[in-house]
Amino acid sequence: MSTPERELTFAEAVREALAEEMRRDPNVFIMGEDVAEAGTPFKVLSGLVEEFGKERVMDTPISEPGFTGIGVGAAVTGMRPVIDIMFGDFLTLTMDQIVNQAAKIHYMSGGKMKAPIVFRTTMGATRRSAAQHSQSLQAWVSHVPGLKVVMPSTPYDAKGLLKTAIRDDNPVVFIEDKMMFKMKGFVPAEEYTIPFGVADIKRRGEDITLVATSSMVQVALGAAEKLSQIGISAEVIDPRTTSPLDKQTFINSAKKTSRAIVIDEGYEAYGVTAELASVIADGAFYYLDAPVKRMGAMDVPIPFSPALEDLTVPTEETVFEMAKSLCGRN
Amino acid sequence: MTKKTESNTKSRPEAVDVEQWLHVYEQMVKIREFEEKANELYLKAIMPGLTHLYSGQEAVAVGVCEALRREDYITSTHRGHGHCLAKGASVDLMFAELLGKEAGYCRGKGGSMHIADPASGNLGANAIVGGSAGIATGAALSAKKRGSDQVAVCFFGEGALGQGLLYEVMNMASLWKLPVIYVCENNLYNEYTHYSEALAGEVTPRAKAFGIHAETIDGQDVQLVYETTKRLVERARRGEGPAFLECMTYRYYGHHVGDISRTYYRSKEEEQEWRETRDPLKILADKLVAGKLTDQSVLDHIQADVRSEVEKGMQFGIDAPYPDQSEVNEDVYA
Repeated sequence: MSTPERELTFAEAVREALAEEMRRDPNVFIMGEDVAEAGTPFKVLSGLVEEFGKERVMDTPISEPGFTGIGVGAAVTGMRPVIDIMFGDFLTLTMDQIVNQAAKIHYMSGGKMKAPIVFRTTMGATRRSAAQHSQSLQAWVSHVPGLKVVMPSTPYDAKGLLKTAIRDDNPVVFIEDKMMFKMKGFVPAEEYTIPFGVADIKRRGEDITLVATSSMVQVALGAAEKLSQIGISAEVIDPRTTSPLDKQTFINSAKKTSRAIVIDEGYEAYGVTAELASVIADGAFYYLDAPVKRMGAMDVPIPFSPALEDLTVPTEETVFEMAKSLCGRN
Repeated sequence: MTKKTESNTKSRPEAVDVEQWLHVYEQMVKIREFEEKANELYLKAIMPGLTHLYSGQEAVAVGVCEALRREDYITSTHRGHGHCLAKGASVDLMFAELLGKEAGYCRGKGGSMHIADPASGNLGANAIVGGSAGIATGAALSAKKRGSDQVAVCFFGEGALGQGLLYEVMNMASLWKLPVIYVCENNLYNEYTHYSEALAGEVTPRAKAFGIHAETIDGQDVQLVYETTKRLVERARRGEGPAFLECMTYRYYGHHVGDISRTYYRSKEEEQEWRETRDPLKILADKLVAGKLTDQSVLDHIQADVRSEVEKGMQFGIDAPYPDQSEVNEDVYA
């Protein structure tokens, strides 16, 4: 490529994807709390209202079910709304509109209606935000037929996947890790999109497979680097979308390495890790030398105190230790 | 308004009115006959599941939809057959859907509580009480954004007044002056409970508190429902914002077809009184006959024609094939 390597933050990549899609398609608009002049509390949307105006970057009252439902109505009548649900914890407020309405409308109508809508929301702990602003609820939405669920882990993926989400004819829940907004990474200036259901191998390895989502991809990459220092070669795979799920890529990797750990910041019980681990156990059973291990958030409401909160999510160290022990090294 | 000197014009306004009111009568009869047959299908164990009958409330659906254009939107409820038919759905495809058949409006995947017919502007019945308030309001936002002059009507029962979503979207509809009309069909019962036990305060002040124009009318008088809705629709099309219309009405049957012994929540006398003195079909028929706008034989003829159409439609539904098993995982995603 002739352009010099360009770096953007995760937030800038998201913003650029939105801006490009809004320029491309006049039916795309953003709706949510403090999305216009405030640009959200995370400043991800700063500048968009200046370019597109308040009609397309619409501030709403603090009414998550209400504006989510209005988004669904706009989507089924020709628009492509991007609904901003500030904290993933607030998904719980919008569940009827997402799960009973948006996700089912295409099927219930025998294929006559469709809801092309993106629900952008966040996840992630360790921000000292306590139990109602720290959850990672991807399992809740990944459980629902009719929804697609996207969990980007780099600025490059965030931009390409968000553009795909906006162009998709289905409801898409797009989950961004709040702690990654300032992370920088390569994002080409040229137009590109990333298809759903295609996992990305973030690091090649031979001895153990680390399947990691969103915030946990960096954790897994850090652990892999440490593992390499003791002679263990870890492969890191990012599914990028939990629905649709590219099962084959991580089954193949587990077959090759014979060991796997699945890491996701959602709660471990009944979580994304459970689904992915069962896919590996089922697809690579005869190739495995050890049970598939799962690492998720501890099954507790996220505590406020840093001394406690930091214990609840997997870290480079805990993943490193788990991988080491799974490889029979002490 | 028409002067006698203009009597040679091809049709007098009264004649146009008569045609329209006969059409309105026909639509109400169609819903009544449809529901009688739906009940029969349940009682004969031909229909899977349950259904919620609209009989008694016909004037609301027909009066409102008569004031709409085909491209205007409606959202409907679990008690939605009347809304679907009034907005232009056909009887045969509805029976097919009620019976879970491939030919149905939703290829048998929706059933009685989820009939959607976007071709006639029907964005779907909804089995979550008040669940479509967002969709209707969003359709109105979409119409405004696209610069069309479409209007959206959100039908719901007084039971939905207990749902928070309704108040959230009414707030936004008023803030943004959206062309949406909230039609509250107050049939007095939240399922098996009189609404006075479930609702504090009054109904229309709820909407007025958001700055929404609100009225309460007799929902059994189809002419009044039509005239009122027409006025509210014109207002919305002019960009004057949302409205709230409470229609006082009554369902003749129980909450659903299986709700047969219901004297513990309402008396047989009450049911009989509504049927005898406030029946919407009878009210219109009496007005038309008494005003010499038509005679009984014309109405009888309409009734006979509709009955035959409904019987044919029901038979179509019964004879139609079930969906192929391969369809179970089709249309999960667009």
